[in-house]
Amino acid sequence: MTHKAPSLFDWKIAGPAVGDAFKKLDPRLMFKNPVMFVTLVGAVLTTVGIFTATADRGFITQLAVWLWFTVLFANFAEAVAEGRGKAQAQVLRGTRVNTVARRVGKNGEAEEVSADNLRKGDVVIVRAGEPIPADGDVIEGAATVDESAITGESAPVIRESGGDRSAVTGGTRVLSDEIKIRISINPGEGFLDRMISLVEGAARQKTPNEIALTILLSALTLIFLLVCVTLKPFSLYSATVFSVPVLIALLVCLIPTTIGGLLSAIGIAGMDRLLQHNVLAMSGRAVEASGDVDVLLLDKTGTITLGNRQATDFLPAPGIAIERLVDAAQLASLADETPEGRSIAVLAKEKFGLRGREVAAAHAVFVPFTAQTRMSGVDFPALDGKPARRIRKGASEAMRVLIDREGGVFPQAIVETVDNVSRSGGTPLVVTDGKEVLGVINLKDIVKGGIKERFAQLRKMGIRTVMITGDNKLTAAAIAAEAGVDDFLAEAKPEDKLALIRKEQAGGRMVAMIGDGTNDAPALAQADVGVAMNTGTQAAKEAGNMVDLDSNPTKLIEIIEISKQLLITRGSLTTFSIANDVAKYFAIIPAMLMATFPAISPLNVMHLHSPNSAILSAIIFNALIIVALIPLALRGVKFRPIGALAILQRNLIIYGGGGVLLPFVGIKVIDVLITALKLV
Amino acid sequence: MNSSGWIQLALFVGALALITKPMGLYLMQVLDANGKTWLDPVLKPLERLTYKIMGVRAGEEHDWRGYTWAMLLFSLASCVFTYAILRLQNFLPLNPQGFGALSPDLAFNTAVSFTTNTNWQSYAGESTMSYLSQMVALTIHNFASAAIGIAIAAALVRGIARHSTRLLGNFWVDTVRVTYYLLVPICLVFAIVLVSQGMIQNFLPYTKAKLLEPMKISVAKVDDKGQPVLDQAGKPVMEEQTIEDQTIVQGPMASQVAIKMLGTNGGGYTNANAAHPFENPTPLSNFLQMLSIFSIGSGLTWYLGRMTKNQAHGWAIWATMTILFLTGAVVAWHYEAAGNPIHQQLGVSFADGNMEGKEVRFGIFNSAVFATITTDASCGAVNAMHDSFTALGGLVPLFNIQLGEIIFGGVGAGLYGMLVFVVLAVFIAGLMVGRTPEYLGKKIGAFDVKMAMLTLLILAMTILGFSAWAVVSPWGLAGLNNSGPHGLSEILYAFSSATGNNGSAFAGLTANTPWYNTALGIAMLFGRFLMIVPIMALAGSLAQKKLVPASAGTFPVHGGTFVILLIGTILLVGALNFLPVLALGPIVEHFLTAQGKLF
Repeated sequence: MTHKAPSLFDWKIAGPAVGDAFKKLDPRLMFKNPVMFVTLVGAVLTTVGIFTATADRGFITQLAVWLWFTVLFANFAEAVAEGRGKAQAQVLRGTRVNTVARRVGKNGEAEEVSADNLRKGDVVIVRAGEPIPADGDVIEGAATVDESAITGESAPVIRESGGDRSAVTGGTRVLSDEIKIRISINPGEGFLDRMISLVEGAARQKTPNEIALTILLSALTLIFLLVCVTLKPFSLYSATVFSVPVLIALLVCLIPTTIGGLLSAIGIAGMDRLLQHNVLAMSGRAVEASGDVDVLLLDKTGTITLGNRQATDFLPAPGIAIERLVDAAQLASLADETPEGRSIAVLAKEKFGLRGREVAAAHAVFVPFTAQTRMSGVDFPALDGKPARRIRKGASEAMRVLIDREGGVFPQAIVETVDNVSRSGGTPLVVTDGKEVLGVINLKDIVKGGIKERFAQLRKMGIRTVMITGDNKLTAAAIAAEAGVDDFLAEAKPEDKLALIRKEQAGGRMVAMIGDGTNDAPALAQADVGVAMNTGTQAAKEAGNMVDLDSNPTKLIEIIEISKQLLITRGSLTTFSIANDVAKYFAIIPAMLMATFPAISPLNVMHLHSPNSAILSAIIFNALIIVALIPLALRGVKFRPIGALAILQRNLIIYGGGGVLLPFVGIKVIDVLITALKLV
Repeated sequence: MNSSGWIQLALFVGALALITKPMGLYLMQVLDANGKTWLDPVLKPLERLTYKIMGVRAGEEHDWRGYTWAMLLFSLASCVFTYAILRLQNFLPLNPQGFGALSPDLAFNTAVSFTTNTNWQSYAGESTMSYLSQMVALTIHNFASAAIGIAIAAALVRGIARHSTRLLGNFWVDTVRVTYYLLVPICLVFAIVLVSQGMIQNFLPYTKAKLLEPMKISVAKVDDKGQPVLDQAGKPVMEEQTIEDQTIVQGPMASQVAIKMLGTNGGGYTNANAAHPFENPTPLSNFLQMLSIFSIGSGLTWYLGRMTKNQAHGWAIWATMTILFLTGAVVAWHYEAAGNPIHQQLGVSFADGNMEGKEVRFGIFNSAVFATITTDASCGAVNAMHDSFTALGGLVPLFNIQLGEIIFGGVGAGLYGMLVFVVLAVFIAGLMVGRTPEYLGKKIGAFDVKMAMLTLLILAMTILGFSAWAVVSPWGLAGLNNSGPHGLSEILYAFSSATGNNGSAFAGLTANTPWYNTALGIAMLFGRFLMIVPIMALAGSLAQKKLVPASAGTFPVHGGTFVILLIGTILLVGALNFLPVLALGPIVEHFLTAQGKLF
């Protein structure tokens, strides 16, 4: 499940954000964002200009007001994004506050301490009804745990020492039994703590792409500063007057304030969207890397296919009635509690109406599956005149050995059926009764519904999917074809996974994988994006750079989409911001020159009312566009898996073409409005 | 705008497209230290000998720092050498006219100008330079500066094509091979073709001819040092002279002109440059000279495609350049053909267009196209006076230079300048496809963006900074012969031309003053070397990166969308940087001319 995003106009978030917008005027904070810092300086200088001006004071006052608004709007955008992120994080943090933990001291005595004082390595005891004070590993006992606080899933889960289900998360609650937990993190280092710092603007570390973009924006700002500063001497030469407030207005219009003002909000909102999908990330860098993933490694079981194989077909041997095969198969499976065994009984019931019979009365003896015999079945002693029966089901080779030993004949038709089943991705189980071969049960992996379409989408994004499975090559190939993955690794051992990742990385590709077990830890650590499932071991969680609280193996696809959306939003708004400058030039340049060179009026293509109204309209548009784009910055530009070229064309037309045209309309409308209101 | 012009334009683009691949293929061999050419039997021993004398180990490659240092050292040494010859030419041989030594500032300006492939000429060649100065001090740079430009471009292309390495090639090997295998042989053939068109090539003293009709002219008075004499107001003192005979220039012209065009140097043998009947005798010589300006730049786009194993990308760059060239050419042609409204009020036929300052032999079309080509590339040779173009017709050459001369561009310099825009376009738009921006499998990081933006910043800073300084300084205004917006255009053009290492002038500006010589010299140095260093750093950074294999999610750097994106980036960045000052110059002038005002 996903936590619902708070509405944008939720007053609980927007209210404090207004206050924060002012707090963020602190020059030390502003300095981190060069574009907005320059705007701030411009606002200050224009405000000073109100008092030093000899004419046009009303106009300069309005300019100053809108310049301040520009800065405040940008701060507001960041504050809103932060507020939403914090609200999400607070939900996750939940019960952690004021938890009292029972720490096991050196002498074995339990002492009560505050959860905040727990260090890595401390051992605590948690009993039924108590919250787990911090992330850790169960080292003793087993318990049911309610993890709904972080996953939203109401069904309790079992956490026990050893194995792959030993990790517990702080803030969840033990429902039954008592467990001993070794705390695995120091205060402030948990995933949740890191995630919270990712949604707090001030403490946030910029990601590599964000740094590069900031450099681009800063350099553009510097160039435009140069353009505006040199305009002063050029104007002196041309015997025209450009006042400082007008030059500042030009500068602020030219520097990319739209993206500069929204950049940090976009980044925070990206983290926030991850949180909404119940994913915790260790760093912004990892989130950004997800967008660059070229290869996705997926475990077959649970990710591509439903957990277990299921019987889908009964294929009788020549001369054997299908009812006889079904009957024998059902008898052999009645006591078989494996999911495969159960699925045979279910299929028999559904397809042939054979009900489960009470076989205990017949003194049946069940023969369980062992790795040595590789078969299971049931023995009926001779009773009431019926002959003794030995019904078996098992792998083809094992059964062949059995039939040979019994002196029976293994029909050629069965060999062919077995091959066909294998080739189609199923697992054939041969059913025998005594020395007679009755037929074959087709056990199939059921590929999850809709997964093929998702892989097709991934392919369009340029991401190759590789299925990892312990199955043999034939079966793996069939499932791979059915699920639509690009490649598969059959008969895979954990170390093969690591080797595959290394091989892909050596080819320059970025690899993502999702894992849960301890033996996944090296591969998770090696992968560029390693998502650990929350149900997994602490080792796996530490090795990865993200944790999926829902433990949903297909979550990676969503993570990749969120990351791409983050980058696309940045790129689109940058393009939009720079494209906006064209219209602003057409508004401001004629306005600046009109007084000295009335001949230039044809350049006033928007027919703006007066020089002052033109400049003011451009500045107002520049400020308002930030507010107008806050929803887009927070929501993100929609990502469509349609291939790079199509996305590029689409976004170029919308944000590049639209960026050129929209301000012409916007500035004209504002000009008409402020003229009608007699503001200039 | 007549059909003959359209046909010539189509012929020109067709010819350019035809030579692109052969030139690119040849560049592949020349720029490979082990490349094979059919000139090997003759030139290989010479090449080996050169390395032996220079002490170059040809098998060794440099990282970006080593490459850059070698380039800087060579440029410095050759610049000092030229400066020395110019200062001492009166003591040196091959000076039949007995020209005196150049003043320190003029020698500095000239030495820097030729070292930086600018060939800005604050002097008139035929009345200042001895044959030795022309042939040795200046010609050496015509070859070397062109070879260096190509070498730097090759290093950048290698940086893009290679991966996980620091090595970018050997500067000495690249320069020597480009000179020996590419520039000299082509120039040899080209010079002979030019001679066949009537261009002169001799060592005769200038010919004196009696004028049929003596004429009176007024010229700036010069003192015995060759400096213009100024009055109290700082204006040059003019004096009247009666001219009875004409001095007809002679000398080794064809050999000079071949490399001047091919190497996009542009420094004329004569002051009239390619408008002089000797320097550009026939329509065919005019066509071939225009084609030769673009030839290496065009071939380099193919070289880029082949080296990066993405020929479609090479052609996309070529298409971008061609579209920008055609746009400029058509705009300039249109406004020149439309003519000057003031002329028309005086009774000049509308159909004649703006013939002011044009060589009648070439007319409107060939003058407009030549002006576009010479500023698309950083050539700077002219066959018409750009100063006399209409306001918007003259805006085209000026804007071309301010874009960074990336439309085929100066040999090598055009490609590396264009690649900076490619990196920026890929970075901004690359984010829009939802991946860390990649250029041909290389992830564009913060450092790369920093270097790319640095070159843009330096271009804008040098042009705008020096121009702004000049327009409010007595030294800047002193040289100005026109007032108002046109005067601004002249100063702006001078510093754009110097920074862009173009070398053409908007005339109307007396630039042979100590202030201008020095300021322009510094602008040329900035425009050349402060650009090359970040570009080499970019090459070094790209070479070290790992190669990411292309996939469906990769940003495509070929095809129409990419071309449109690249053109948009170039025009937007160029326009944003220079539109305000252009508005005060040519744009305002255009509207004022329409109202009948002259400057």
